Amino acid sequence: MSNPSLISTSQLTKQYPGVRALDGVDFELSAGEVHVLFGENGAGKSTLISMLAGANTPSSGKIVLNGEVASFESVADAQGQGIYTVFQEFSLIPTLTVAQNIFLGWEPRFGPFLDHRTMRSRSREMLSELGFDIDPGQLVAQLSRAQQQMVEITKAFHGNLKALILDEPTASLSDREVDHLFDFIKRLKSEGVGIIYISHRIQEFARIADRVTVLRDGAKVGTVAMEDTDDNRLVEMMTGRAIDEIYPQIAHNPAETLLEVDQLVGIGVKGASFSVKAGEVLGVAGLVGSGKSRLFRTVMGLGSKQSGRVTYCGRDISNLSTREIIQAGIYYLSPDRKAEGLDLAKTSRDNLAVNLVMGREVASGERLVQWKRVDRGVSTISDTVELHQTYRRKPVAQLSGGNQQKVLFGKCFGQEADLIIFDEPTVGVDMGTRSALYRLIRDLAEAGKAIVIISSDLPEVLNLAHRMIVLAHGHISGELSGDDMTEDQILKLFFDESGVET
Amino acid sequence: MTAQIVSNSPSFSVRRLFVKVGVLPFFLITALVIFTLLSPKFLTGQNLINVARQSVYLVLVSMGQMIVLISGGFDLSVGTLIALTSVVSALGMVWFAGMFPDAIWVAILFGALIGFGVALIVGLVNGAGVAYFDVSPFIMTLGVSSVGAGFALFLTGGVPVSDLPFEFGDTFGFGRVFGIPVPVIVALVVIAVMWILMSRTRLGTQIYAVGGNIKAAHLSAINTKKTLLFAYVICALIASLTGLLLTARVETGEANLGGTIALESIAACVIAGVSLRGGIGRVENVVLGAFFIVLVQNGMNLAQVSSYMQMVLLGALLILAVIFDQLRYRMLMSGT
Repeated sequence: MSNPSLISTSQLTKQYPGVRALDGVDFELSAGEVHVLFGENGAGKSTLISMLAGANTPSSGKIVLNGEVASFESVADAQGQGIYTVFQEFSLIPTLTVAQNIFLGWEPRFGPFLDHRTMRSRSREMLSELGFDIDPGQLVAQLSRAQQQMVEITKAFHGNLKALILDEPTASLSDREVDHLFDFIKRLKSEGVGIIYISHRIQEFARIADRVTVLRDGAKVGTVAMEDTDDNRLVEMMTGRAIDEIYPQIAHNPAETLLEVDQLVGIGVKGASFSVKAGEVLGVAGLVGSGKSRLFRTVMGLGSKQSGRVTYCGRDISNLSTREIIQAGIYYLSPDRKAEGLDLAKTSRDNLAVNLVMGREVASGERLVQWKRVDRGVSTISDTVELHQTYRRKPVAQLSGGNQQKVLFGKCFGQEADLIIFDEPTVGVDMGTRSALYRLIRDLAEAGKAIVIISSDLPEVLNLAHRMIVLAHGHISGELSGDDMTEDQILKLFFDESGVET
Repeated sequence: MTAQIVSNSPSFSVRRLFVKVGVLPFFLITALVIFTLLSPKFLTGQNLINVARQSVYLVLVSMGQMIVLISGGFDLSVGTLIALTSVVSALGMVWFAGMFPDAIWVAILFGALIGFGVALIVGLVNGAGVAYFDVSPFIMTLGVSSVGAGFALFLTGGVPVSDLPFEFGDTFGFGRVFGIPVPVIVALVVIAVMWILMSRTRLGTQIYAVGGNIKAAHLSAINTKKTLLFAYVICALIASLTGLLLTARVETGEANLGGTIALESIAACVIAGVSLRGGIGRVENVVLGAFFIVLVQNGMNLAQVSSYMQMVLLGALLILAVIFDQLRYRMLMSGT
């Protein structure tokens, strides 16, 4: 990039009590480039952009904007100087219209009254200028997630845009919506706007990135031009270790078929058939919105089944409730451990005890709960998932994401399941804990359990699964095994359009 | 003096005590100090025995309220249910005793069963509304409480039902077994049963799990709807039992019994460390919490605080307890 530097930071550091969230980072954004920030959760990406966005102030180091040292008092101040940020969490109010949201906080007035007409007409102008086809009079709640993202971007534009920061913008977009967003980014780029783009989706980088800066543990690992690198190299930079150190080899001993799904139709699931065998790991991949999670939530009875047949160990479980399906021997680990996985105010012991009490081994036949037996079970499970002693007596809310995930993994041991469905098993988990969790998955599979891994993290599925299914638009666009499991193959299946309704 | 000692002790252990059991020990000590200073009669054995005896009814209702609070809801209809039980069972007893004057005990049993039957219906309605129709517990129990109060007044025309069998009041209102008042024995039995239910049975574990995180409970093979239904039914049955005991005490069936007990029982629970978010709370602490509320009322009576001002203080105490509950929850989650 021969363009001049737009924003640069030198030795930017953020110190919190006990934690150095960002440690002396030099970062540079040129005008007209897309610069990807890449790293694990907690690597410092969010801290870095929060300081560029004006939401946070550095402890030391400086930010240079257009050759002059800059300091931002607030997000509004940063916007005044031309830096706009679209955060991951939307700041839209669903019950207000698009126009009201765009002008929230700086509504045009007519004397003491709001000038709704100007608000609408100016919103329309702003939206069409950006090429978004959205009616400013619509309620935000009625928009798709992608359209909401567009409104969020529109909202950011109150003047001259120099730099745009996008935090995980594609996390919940369908691929067509992603295409639209990328077109928009390319247009901004050609107008000389610098874009900082945060994403976990390594497969997107080749499409838009000019340079990639990798962060790990708050420090910068390096900045590389996208054309000089590849995905494996980036993952190695991010994790600090080679890929085969992270993922264990899992012996493949497929036995009898446990789960058979035949033409299952539900909300967001349009006719899926597949089977899972004992002793094998089935990987499930697909973009967000492809229905990969929905499919298994429907199998579990968490979404309504409209037609189709689900058989487990020869027994028809199509019409059973979630509780009966769990009792039949399938356990589902939620991707959202905070919302539907754990009771955060309780200790790991209390969380695990629930499953032991509900499970077959401890409470069956007894009128009263035998807490001694439950406690023995709890400590066996805690040892198995390698939960450190000091964390066992603390409320789960106080544990790190990795340790919370260990507790969640522990729950499937309490319930005596033979088929375990891991939905996004390593969201927000650091690399060290990840490999511990992968070893647990290996042990379960090699002990003869059937394992399903649903993941948006493609390397995870590719390296762990023996066989995989790929979903697109609510149907299974392909099944791969052995040497066919390559990233190219999967990406093709990701964008399979055969299930699209016209 | 005692408050002084507390504030002088290392703040760390105070915080730990607070996070562990809640605001109750601090409130209890403060109340004891204030009322002892205000009235010499307060801290006497006789007075404390009185308080213990008076607190029986609130202890009982608070047990039920606690179950519903731990399940993540609350029950505003307990007061109405006391009134409704009182009226319905009194009418039943009087009617039956009129038909069969010789079978007094059968009449008492008949009346009590009608009372429990009504409670079962109310509990099922509350529970079904909350669990199966997703009505918020606030609206559901507020609505039911209006329905129940209306029925109680309609059935009696606002006139107390008198001429209850003498044996009923004599046994369940004023009777003693081995020198211990019958209501106290009933309360002790209920406390013991509740303790076993909450800490030793599957249902208890399920109620804690549902209140802690209902979605996580669902994914742990717990029938969350049935669990909620049980919580409301148990609460209603205990409230109804309290209604019978109070009816025996006043020896009439009255539609205005239990007027403030919903508020009092919620206050007793929250002060005793039951979280309004659900999932947290202990039987033994709730007993103390209910005892504390009655103790404060007794102290205010001795200090000649007017009953109107007592209402003001009770409401303020509840809000204060909730503020401390929020604080405690934040400390629990952050570990500071």
